[in-house]
Amino acid sequence: MKLTVDQDKCCGAGACVLSAPEVFDQRDEDGIVTLLTSEPAPEQHAAVHEAAAVCPAAAIHVTETD
Amino acid sequence: MTDQAERPYAPPSLHLPLSGDTALDPPAEWEELRARCPVAHATLPSGDTAVYLTRYDDVRALLSDPRFVRPTGRDNAARLAPEGIGGAAVTGSAMVSIPDRGAPHQRWRRRVGRYFTAKRMTALRPGMTRLAEDLVDAMLAGGAPADLRASLGFPFPVYVICDLLGVPAEDRDRFSHWSDSFLSITRYTADEIRTAEQEFVAYMSDHIAAKRAEPADDLLSTLIAESGTAEGGESEDGDGGGLSHDELVATGMGLLVAGHETTANMIGKMVAMLLSDRSRWERLLADPSLVRPAVEESLRFDTNLGFGLRRYLGEDAEIGGHVVPAGSTVVCSMPAANRDERAFDAPDTMDLARTPNPHLTFGAGPHSCLGQALARTELQVVLETLLTRVPTLRLAVPAAELRRTEGLIVGGLREVPVRW
Repeated sequence: MKLTVDQDKCCGAGACVLSAPEVFDQRDEDGIVTLLTSEPAPEQHAAVHEAAAVCPAAAIHVTETD
Repeated sequence: MTDQAERPYAPPSLHLPLSGDTALDPPAEWEELRARCPVAHATLPSGDTAVYLTRYDDVRALLSDPRFVRPTGRDNAARLAPEGIGGAAVTGSAMVSIPDRGAPHQRWRRRVGRYFTAKRMTALRPGMTRLAEDLVDAMLAGGAPADLRASLGFPFPVYVICDLLGVPAEDRDRFSHWSDSFLSITRYTADEIRTAEQEFVAYMSDHIAAKRAEPADDLLSTLIAESGTAEGGESEDGDGGGLSHDELVATGMGLLVAGHETTANMIGKMVAMLLSDRSRWERLLADPSLVRPAVEESLRFDTNLGFGLRRYLGEDAEIGGHVVPAGSTVVCSMPAANRDERAFDAPDTMDLARTPNPHLTFGAGPHSCLGQALARTELQVVLETLLTRVPTLRLAVPAAELRRTEGLIVGGLREVPVRW
């Protein structure tokens, strides 16, 4: 799994951090999403898919690599 | 709409707001509208006409479209409230002077939004839990039956937002009144609303002056510190600019209203929905790990969210295959969209384990609710506390006897009588 985020679209809702706190974070200075890893471990995949589905700004993109 | 062929089918009787048979039921019209007339015409309480959206994809697409924002007093938009009345949140009054679109809005949002990150909200959890426990214990000490709305639903988010903002929670009765008037469609007269708004602006201005003189460790103090010392100064357009005095007042008022009334209502509705079929409550008692998805499902399942989010079309927009012309006012029904079978399996079933749950209760796109991590955390803490402290909780009246609040832009239950 390969993960990218669109920081311009991000509205800082934090839904991704609540879904997958080991993968997503928010910058202290403006609440915008950052990635703790762009290649999450398999046990995180379900939470990452959830985060992408519930992102209100549709700013999370998941690519399956295998 | 000038072209008859383009005019969406409009059921002649569609007057907003719609209501279901009981307070927890969805209005029967939603299913038919989604199926037959997803881009409908509807009459507002003012008598003006708006376009009414009920499908998930249409609501999500319009709310995500950065071209369109909430109507302001300057737009020739359909009025929600009858002429001369309606609170500032309803009329789009100029007193709500927060940048509402484009880059200035994004800067305002990021400046304020950083105080509402998931991490910051998670850090508030222990304090929230103690507060919820104290309120629940006081409710229990008062004996059954109790009104969960009055003893927990309203005070809990008020204390939390007052603490965050740095305003005294002892003033909460005044906030509630000001907040109701701010959100009023038909509940108050024009005079009552004008008086309440003047009082609210004066209160917040005094409060900001006091914080300017004696800064504390709270959100308002920090925003003031970043905004420089020039009282009444204009904010700059550059990234370094802070908020003007008017923007600070509007931000404080907006957060106080948004942070209190919506969550307060949601606490009562969530508990009522979970207790109205007590197998839901028992499932949570058996598996407390369901609290997080159960909160999301409560947000999705709620039919009393309020009037719906409005958008003013400054240019033509294509919505669900219809061209809706410039000058139209659109009302998005998030609760109708949340029951759309095109987006959710078994949408009329409250499934406490539903994952993912991309409901639209907090909106979508650049204006999606700024405080949603706060609201989620508050709802989770309240639910966990009730499950732990009062596992025997049940409704003290049949669910069909619960009554809705009326006349405000936000929806809720008038009281939530409970026993244990």
